[in-house]
Amino acid sequence: MKWIGAALLAGSLLLPPLFAGDFYINLASQILIAAIFALSLNLLVGFGGMTSLGHASYLGVGAYISALLTSRYGFGHGAAALLSIAGTTAMAAFFGVIALRASGLGFLMITLALSQVLWGLAYRMSNVTNGDNGVAGLTRPAPFGISLDSPISFYWFALIVATFALVMMAIFVSSAFGSSLKGVRDQPRRMAALGFNPWLIRWITFVYAGFWGGVAGLLYVYYHKYIHPTSLSTTSSAEALLGVIAGGSGTLGGPAVGAALVLLLKNYVSAYLERWNMLLGLVFLFIVLVMPTGIVPGVSRLTTRLRGGVR
Amino acid sequence: MTASTFSYALEVVNLKKAFGGLAVTQNVSLSIRPGERRLIIGPNGAGKTTLFNQISGDLRPNSGSIRLFGSDITHLPPYKRAHFGLSRTYQIITLFTGDTLEHNVTLGLLGLRRARWQMWRPLSFYGNMSAEARRTLDAVGLLQLATHAISDIAYGERRRVELAMALAQQPRVLLLDEPLAGLSNTERATVKSLIASIPRQTTVIMIEHDMDTALDLAETVTLLNYGRVIVDGERDAVIADERTREVYLGT
Repeated sequence: MKWIGAALLAGSLLLPPLFAGDFYINLASQILIAAIFALSLNLLVGFGGMTSLGHASYLGVGAYISALLTSRYGFGHGAAALLSIAGTTAMAAFFGVIALRASGLGFLMITLALSQVLWGLAYRMSNVTNGDNGVAGLTRPAPFGISLDSPISFYWFALIVATFALVMMAIFVSSAFGSSLKGVRDQPRRMAALGFNPWLIRWITFVYAGFWGGVAGLLYVYYHKYIHPTSLSTTSSAEALLGVIAGGSGTLGGPAVGAALVLLLKNYVSAYLERWNMLLGLVFLFIVLVMPTGIVPGVSRLTTRLRGGVR
Repeated sequence: MTASTFSYALEVVNLKKAFGGLAVTQNVSLSIRPGERRLIIGPNGAGKTTLFNQISGDLRPNSGSIRLFGSDITHLPPYKRAHFGLSRTYQIITLFTGDTLEHNVTLGLLGLRRARWQMWRPLSFYGNMSAEARRTLDAVGLLQLATHAISDIAYGERRRVELAMALAQQPRVLLLDEPLAGLSNTERATVKSLIASIPRQTTVIMIEHDMDTALDLAETVTLLNYGRVIVDGERDAVIADERTREVYLGT
């Protein structure tokens, strides 16, 4: 059963470029980027029990650093990418120290506040960020001389990065450290009594999540060739969080599925319905009522039951 | 560290803790020798668990000091105390409900090993740790349930997993907070013999209400009431003491 699922997934990822039109290929690329972003947020929300409402900070700052370095300061894409990832990760290290002074709702509010500061800066520091106009006229990199300008080539690039990201995050959460992290999520007090340092475990995870958030930001700015302060907004953070929860937080596939769902609703439904947010809300409500743990755990439970409750 | 400080496994000196105006620990001093079996008794609200929480580091005392084998641990965070050889169990069972018994005990082992920072190897890579976890589960009579989730096993068995998690760490000082709470008579007998079989390298300090069982395990007894040490000493002397009867029976 697992193999059938894997084959279907591989097929759905590898086949579209062969026959689908540019619109769908571009949509698929966006889904991959959103999936990396949701997976990185899931490290915090699902595996660390740290519900963040400011994860867009990492996507946005990662994107802005690359955009500004390449367009304003004449950096090459390689150096800009490295600096962008390093800068985003360093920012996560700093923000982590602040946000992890609290947990639960306090943590959520601090992450929200920090991301609002960045969003405000992106708007107001218009001499650097170009404010509400955003930074336009960007280019995509050409790794090993391969241009990423066509939808298909960018799709392959995004697929490679997304696969690598998924594998790296899967290794992370199933490692011994991942066990420490899940333990701290479930019973922080007990874990401390057993010799684990809950704060440091959370902080390392926070930084790692920031790193992958930055990677998603790079892809995001490469894809759109444009960056605007909305990418740093609470809406952007909340959409990702919605995807994580709808898909199934604390699972590896869930956030990717959730992110895809949010993006499809956004792209498809908004063409027919002006208030697509309302539909997103209804869909989310439906998921929470029917499958409180999310789509992926919910569907797998359903298939188990349909197959006569094997196991 | 002088030689004299080593004569105690755990030394609590003039410990004070108040929640607002409510003094829950008032000038408590305890000296417990290596290998000793100490029972802490007292009516509900006497401050027994609060004292444990200060020893394990969950609560910070307002003043006073706590020494473990001569080292001042008063200001250390809980996880560092664990590395000093201090383990504890909880009155309210605190386990990883969705995980297997083996995983629970393995976490106890992982907490003291560098592997807890290992970011690319899975826990299953460390076969020696899982073998040791299974040995400990065998010792508490739960090996046959090793692959079951905590949520699948009975309350009495969970009590024993609590114990197994702490025992796996081979602590120098072990704090047991009501290890018999909520157990049936047969289960009590099982846990009692388990506690009795803890090696002498481990100093055991136990809070327990079930006197019939607990007094057999204890060599020394401390009676707390309203956050104060009322009587402290050899078991029989404390039982015979008039003040003990006063606290328990009223005058």
